[in-house]
Amino acid sequence: MRECFEPQFEAINRRDLAQLQLERLQATLNRVAKNVPLYRNRFAAHDINPETFSDLADVRRLPFTTKADLREAYPYGLFAVPLRDVVRLHASSGTSGKPVVAGYTRNDIRTWSRLVARILVAAGANRDDVVQIALGYGFFTGGIGFHYGAETVGAAVIPASSGGTRRQVAIMQDYRTSVFVATPSYALHLAETLCAMDVNVNALSLRYGLFGAETWTEAMRAAIEDRLKLTATDNYGLSEIMGPGVAGECLEQAGMHVNEDHFLIEIVDPATGTPLPDGEEGELVVTTLTKEAFPMIRLRTGDITHIIPEPCPCGRTMRRIGRIVGRCDDMLIIRGVNVFPSRVESLLLEVEGVTPNYRIVLTRQGALDEALVEVEPTENLLFDRVAEHQALQEKLERRLASDLGVGMTVRLVEPGSLARTAGKTIRVEDRRDLAAPESDTVCRP
Amino acid sequence: MLTLRNVDIYYGRVHAVRRVSLHVAAGEIVALIGANGAGKTTLLSAISGLLRVSGGDIDFDGRPVTTEKPERIVRLGLSHVPERRLVFGPLSVEDNLRLGAYSCFKRRQVAADLEEIYAMFPVLRERRGQQAAALSGGEQQMLAIGRALMARPRCLLLDEPGMGLAPQVCKEIFRHIGTLRREKGLTVLLVEQNAKSALGIADRGYVLETGRVLLSGSAEELLANRDVRRAYLGREKDA
Repeated sequence: MRECFEPQFEAINRRDLAQLQLERLQATLNRVAKNVPLYRNRFAAHDINPETFSDLADVRRLPFTTKADLREAYPYGLFAVPLRDVVRLHASSGTSGKPVVAGYTRNDIRTWSRLVARILVAAGANRDDVVQIALGYGFFTGGIGFHYGAETVGAAVIPASSGGTRRQVAIMQDYRTSVFVATPSYALHLAETLCAMDVNVNALSLRYGLFGAETWTEAMRAAIEDRLKLTATDNYGLSEIMGPGVAGECLEQAGMHVNEDHFLIEIVDPATGTPLPDGEEGELVVTTLTKEAFPMIRLRTGDITHIIPEPCPCGRTMRRIGRIVGRCDDMLIIRGVNVFPSRVESLLLEVEGVTPNYRIVLTRQGALDEALVEVEPTENLLFDRVAEHQALQEKLERRLASDLGVGMTVRLVEPGSLARTAGKTIRVEDRRDLAAPESDTVCRP
Repeated sequence: MLTLRNVDIYYGRVHAVRRVSLHVAAGEIVALIGANGAGKTTLLSAISGLLRVSGGDIDFDGRPVTTEKPERIVRLGLSHVPERRLVFGPLSVEDNLRLGAYSCFKRRQVAADLEEIYAMFPVLRERRGQQAAALSGGEQQMLAIGRALMARPRCLLLDEPGMGLAPQVCKEIFRHIGTLRREKGLTVLLVEQNAKSALGIADRGYVLETGRVLLSGSAEELLANRDVRRAYLGREKDA
């Protein structure tokens, strides 16, 4: 069997796993029914007695938890422990401007670290590695999640955080980084920078790369592996559930092993919520089995994937999920940051002088996403007043960048120039061709 | 080795144990902790067949024992050391031990086992002829454990072995439990109100509250859990 961080769990036999999941599901239900009013009331409203749950399949009788529930519970409404037991808070962006706040107890942090350590080891890392984490630190769970995981593995961790590509390159060369953790688009951007800086990739020490937090493709994997000379794996997590560490690929590179001893997964039809059989594509629904501070019962993740039930040659018995192929809702992922068009709209409208007629155009400049917002100003802004024009444009850009956490270019367009239709207006034009890397970006040393 | 799924137990109309699922793997020490009346003792009695469950399954060594009689369960290798020890007071120490081997008919084996127990608890050898009632609490506990071991179990159910004992004596008993696992590969399910000593030797634990499992995890995790600290470890020390 391939290297495992916790083989006693990762390669557990499925019968023992079912027992463990059942025990943990039952205890979780008892805890949320006792400590979380939303769940207690919802169980009562649906006439559900959590004590009658005697089988894992019974989870299907529970109502879903939606992102709307999470927003309503802002900030601490869904916590199952008092705040004094919480040692960490993270937050993710949300549609309404209110983020979802996730709390962690000391045990949650420890569990999280171990689960990320599993993902890292499965992806090839070990204690001899130098791990460069080029994901955002801070509210975002990516950077800190991988940081703790890599420390748990015993590797030497470089908390490089995101951005500063030339500096990242210098670190990579000087510190002899062997494992690189980033978003896939950033990995490609870095590859271009390496090329532009005329760095010999073969002289770097890179062995493995873990990429996640946004949708990517096999073609992108091939491009990253070719240009960074490393083995690239996909991983999956979301801050509502924990952050990174929910699932990750092993070196077979054939789907992400879900840490099923901590997360119960289902695939449902996104339209009807009906559970779908293994192998069919649908929305991923997750129930946490061990979270203390912020347990989730049947959270609809909005992510579209499928379960791969076949055993994996690596020896892990944890089932895999396929690549995330998209989002159920309209959320855009721009450079790894979640952006909802509705949020862009509300921000635009908060600024005087613009109309609700706008369009977001997404393109790829090399490997990086570029977002352009075209918006029509109100009639009284005259197009010959260049200074005024410029000021409004900059104001909008600043506003969008500070609230969304990702920069967007704003262009003011002639009033009436954006297409209008009676029904659903097309607000987003995604010109990024996520299916294939652009050939003109390919660069070989 | 021992698996419970969805076990319900009623005392008359009182629902004492509510849909409890738990497992003990071979060679593990697992602690069941919880306040008085949480259903811990009830659960142990159901496992050893002294009480009937009203729902759910109990498997021992992969074989269902939910409806087996207690004496049959002992023969399968599962012995129960009851709460408050329940040694036979008027009988001698040695007779108490011999009673533990009542399911074994080979004299020679009984004698050998007796030797082994005396080697483990030398104080019992010293007092082999005395009435059990004359022993101290700690000695009675050793006797109760010795008596259970005479049935040559592979899995031991221990109910509050530290109850009413001086801290020093309690510590010694727990040390013996650790030794039994280490040297004999014994599997132990341990019920204890003193969560700290129980989790000190256990690998994992389950927290029972009013008949329900509220929490499970490694001993280390449970010791770090603030709820457990508040409820069962006495005054909370702020970490």
